[in-house]
Amino acid sequence: MPVTDTTHGAAAVRRAGGAVVRLPRTRASWILRPRSLLVSVLLAAAVTVAFLAELAFGEMDLPFPEVARSLVGGGDSATALVVHSLRLPRALVGLLCGAAFGLAGAIFQTLTRNPLASPDIIGVSAGASTAATAGMLIGLGSGLGLQTLALIGGLGASALIYVLAWKSGTTGYRIVLVGIGIAALGASATSYLLLKAGIYQAQQAFMWLTGSLNARDWEHVGPLAVALAVLLPCVVLLAPWLGGLQFGDEIAKVQGLPVQTARIALLAVGAGLVSFATAAAGPIAFVALIAPQIALRLVRAPGPALLPSALVGSLVVLAGDLAGRRLLSGIELPVGVVTGVFGAPCLLWLLGRSNRTGSGG
Amino acid sequence: MEERPQGLTAEGLSLAYDGRRVVNALDVTIPAGRVTAVVGANACGKSTLLRGLSRLLTPQKGAVYLDGRLIHTMRGKELARRLGMLPQSPVAPDGITVLDLVKRGRSPHQSWWRQWSPDDEQAVHGALEATGLLEHAERSVDELSGGQRQRAWIAMALAQGTPVLLLDEPTNHLDLAHQIDILDLVVDLNRDQGRTVVLVLHDLNHACRYADHVIAMKDGRIVAQGVPAEVIDRDLIEEVFGLTCTVIEDPAGGGPHIIPFGRHHGGRTGQKPAATTV
Repeated sequence: MPVTDTTHGAAAVRRAGGAVVRLPRTRASWILRPRSLLVSVLLAAAVTVAFLAELAFGEMDLPFPEVARSLVGGGDSATALVVHSLRLPRALVGLLCGAAFGLAGAIFQTLTRNPLASPDIIGVSAGASTAATAGMLIGLGSGLGLQTLALIGGLGASALIYVLAWKSGTTGYRIVLVGIGIAALGASATSYLLLKAGIYQAQQAFMWLTGSLNARDWEHVGPLAVALAVLLPCVVLLAPWLGGLQFGDEIAKVQGLPVQTARIALLAVGAGLVSFATAAAGPIAFVALIAPQIALRLVRAPGPALLPSALVGSLVVLAGDLAGRRLLSGIELPVGVVTGVFGAPCLLWLLGRSNRTGSGG
Repeated sequence: MEERPQGLTAEGLSLAYDGRRVVNALDVTIPAGRVTAVVGANACGKSTLLRGLSRLLTPQKGAVYLDGRLIHTMRGKELARRLGMLPQSPVAPDGITVLDLVKRGRSPHQSWWRQWSPDDEQAVHGALEATGLLEHAERSVDELSGGQRQRAWIAMALAQGTPVLLLDEPTNHLDLAHQIDILDLVVDLNRDQGRTVVLVLHDLNHACRYADHVIAMKDGRIVAQGVPAEVIDRDLIEEVFGLTCTVIEDPAGGGPHIIPFGRHHGGRTGQKPAATTV
């Protein structure tokens, strides 16, 4: 029996726990994880369906083929108008901000080695919310001015967390604790602002704070798309560092990884993703917390499942928005309400689980 | 630079946490190709010394050299290919397999276009084999026993393939059989692969039996260093640990073996031992 066991082990080493691809006559080699690939393909298909459904369903339902035809420039002009100017921006904002939240969640959770450390819990979203609420009270509406303020708030909160967590270097644990403090501070500031606001502004602010894809326009898509075009390559470049940090600072350092540089770069990219997504759609609850955890359970591989996390994020936001629009006839629920209802039990489950395994802190 | 010996040396090394000095102006030469044990009472600075030697801690003063080169100016991956270190009680990511953990030790040798070379495969296979974990390669680290888990971490450090390996209390929290198991493994690594190993150990008798060289520390300073048989005696134990004892010959190996006294056993009660028994 031991013989077969070690043979199995040796075979696993040869496959490196996945499938090894080597370029002949070079030293290039890669490890592929078939399960991760399959999960990503299936998730991408699901996201595509949800995206098309987002375009097809509305006050006037359109058949899928017509939507597809209109997307590539065909079909009649009425359909084109509905799809291109009304529904496409909304679907794109959902797609992009879901991906951004999912990725940012994966980055923060891996960085801090804590499954509860998503940007909504450690104060990045709270910073964006406070700044945006302040903006609405001074009458900035929901356009670019508001988005800029949300962005400044999110990035500002992240910088504040980093500075306050600094004590001859930072640790994931200190970032989480300081972040929770900043989140509480941001929440109280937002409440205070809402108390001071007029009824119309308060209602408008509440709507934004819930997180909604309603009435999203190309001016919401533009900045978010540009931000992702810049930040996604950064994530790809920083991914190996993120993979190393999950073994803890000391092991990472001993293996030659510049821990402090890696952490500040990853925090900056994560904060950027959250801030731009929040600026476009409001702080959609729990997506950043839940998406990476779902993705990890689907791929069952070590390390941050970045692509699957982004895809799950998009899927959750798009499906949440569709559900919010279709589930109750006559009432349109903002996507943030749906993800909140869906996310709260998930959070409880995660809390229970991390208590058991002792990895919650 | 040329005068500095091969291997790991420290000159005037002072290490501090938040300005509180823990290691004070140490000069250390780690004998190349040998097993060195660092011993001393709790909080004497022995783990801190290891952290300083491995660059986990930046010195307040002084310097550490590896093969004559200052380690603080070496590139991260370059140092990681020459010097490995296993810190105390590391925590594995949730649900990771033994293989994925040990694979991580190869990261200083890898890049995005070179993720699994034949060298990587050989090193990981060898590390799993040496630690007896090959048959557990695909199991999750969470499912392993304490002894197996410790061996998995050692396998990761081994896979890193460094000529110098520092282990901070590798036998902590293990039962006696597993402690001996780990120490035997260390001797194998040293004898079969010629690696220089530095261990922090709590058990003096283990240090005497398994190390070629001991460094005894007290309050951030080195009290004595050298071959166990020449260095370890009653006076040293009393100075380093404030403990009275007698030293006999190790029945299993011929080196020194310490029999500690306490208030209820041995020489007598009170501070001063009357005389050696035996």
